Amino acid sequence: MKKTPLYEKHVALNARIIDFGGWAMPVSYTNVIDEHKATRSAATLFDICHMGEIEVKGPRALDLLQWALTRDLTGQKIGQVKLAALLNDQGGIMDDLTVYKTAEDAYMLVTNATTRQTDYQRLSSVLAEKKFDCRIEDVSDQTGKLDLQGPFSEAILRNLTDTDLAGMRFYHFCETQVAGIPAIVSRSGYTGEDGFEIYAAAEKIDVIWDKLLEEGESGGLKPAGLGARDTLRLEAGMMLNGQDMNEETSPLEVPYAWLIDWHKDFAGKPALQSRKEKGIRRKLAGFEVTGRGIARHGYKVMCGADEIGVVTSGTFSPTLNKAVGLAFIDTAFSVSGTEVAVAVRDAMIQAKIVGLPFYKRKK
Amino acid sequence: MSKSNPADRVYSKDHEWVKDHGDGTVTVGITDYAQEMLTDIVFVELPAIGKTVAKGAPMAVVESVKSVSDVYAPVSGEILDVNLALEETPELINQDAFSDGWIVKIRLADASELQSLLSAADYEALLQDEKH
Repeated sequence: MKKTPLYEKHVALNARIIDFGGWAMPVSYTNVIDEHKATRSAATLFDICHMGEIEVKGPRALDLLQWALTRDLTGQKIGQVKLAALLNDQGGIMDDLTVYKTAEDAYMLVTNATTRQTDYQRLSSVLAEKKFDCRIEDVSDQTGKLDLQGPFSEAILRNLTDTDLAGMRFYHFCETQVAGIPAIVSRSGYTGEDGFEIYAAAEKIDVIWDKLLEEGESGGLKPAGLGARDTLRLEAGMMLNGQDMNEETSPLEVPYAWLIDWHKDFAGKPALQSRKEKGIRRKLAGFEVTGRGIARHGYKVMCGADEIGVVTSGTFSPTLNKAVGLAFIDTAFSVSGTEVAVAVRDAMIQAKIVGLPFYKRKK
Repeated sequence: MSKSNPADRVYSKDHEWVKDHGDGTVTVGITDYAQEMLTDIVFVELPAIGKTVAKGAPMAVVESVKSVSDVYAPVSGEILDVNLALEETPELINQDAFSDGWIVKIRLADASELQSLLSAADYEALLQDEKH
């Protein structure tokens, strides 16, 4: 298994280590519920070094991204982050990734851990075909990433950087220093809380990790693992690539229609257009369990004797104190309020389709 | 660190404990080591009272935030009682696996099955082995 630069830190903290897409990652340090609640009420720090970073630089970097990604990036300003989808030629989602505009002709794409190679290959083949004057480089191995998440994040990070964090808006970033190390600090995350994603050289990321934990301890900062990351993102109604969607999934079947800018051309658009015209047969919808039990990935969703869907993510929500999840549901049944059942082992438990997100923080 | 395993009961290799009441009935739960491995238990599925269970067959389900685990019947018999408190407070198993977190009471079909289970000392040795 691959290890992040912080692996030894996790072992020293007695973390439970799991295999996450070929990476030895901490699933929790104490337990998932404590780390989840600490993120909602104080702040937590996650090692996210396994995610991928790809740089696109050159006079026609924007043209490459405009062609490769679904989102129209022409209005994007330096210092702004945009979420976008990378599609295959069948209009399926290869990745949902964030685009950082770092200079007039330079971008950093942040990819999922499991898709960084396929993303790079896709971008390379688009570049080979279109021959735009720019170059792409996979800088994942040289780049470390930490997520500082929770309502106390700003107060904790403020002590380690000169940047005006209070003035930094959501989905905006700046290049600065954290604990004396050059870093990109972005106000964003995957938990539904306020917080920051911090990027720095892989060989220096441990300095920021240590300093943050030291500085944040009195403010309630704790390390948190992928277990809490998963329950947090699910409560916030965010999807996980590879679990809630894969290369077969169209962005029109999941809550990603807003990532498609139809007025421009992009790779995969003709296929997506034709899928749209044929009609969308299933939709990813949120549900909450009203009976007793927890609906998990792969469980069937039923309406009477008819199988109408399948659970893609399901867990016990520590904040709401009930079982919730995401499921692909036949479009006719995907409307909020629809009563369904989930087959859990040899029983059927009642559930109800609900709108997303399950949890929204108070501003 | 797990709590020590009480000497007044016997253990299965699947990390269940069995307390013999000497009247043909036993109480069954999972060990402190097992609850520690599972971490935050958020749901317990209990068998129906009166159900017959066979040694080694799944009889209950314990779910943590991240995982679903079967609890196997360490002995054969009939379910006499279940710990209904676990329906509302599944974390009782995390808090007190050897006492308040008990799962079922079973009327033994064959008391000699108890002989095949491990003493506290033997179970301890098994755990040492698993940890290394």
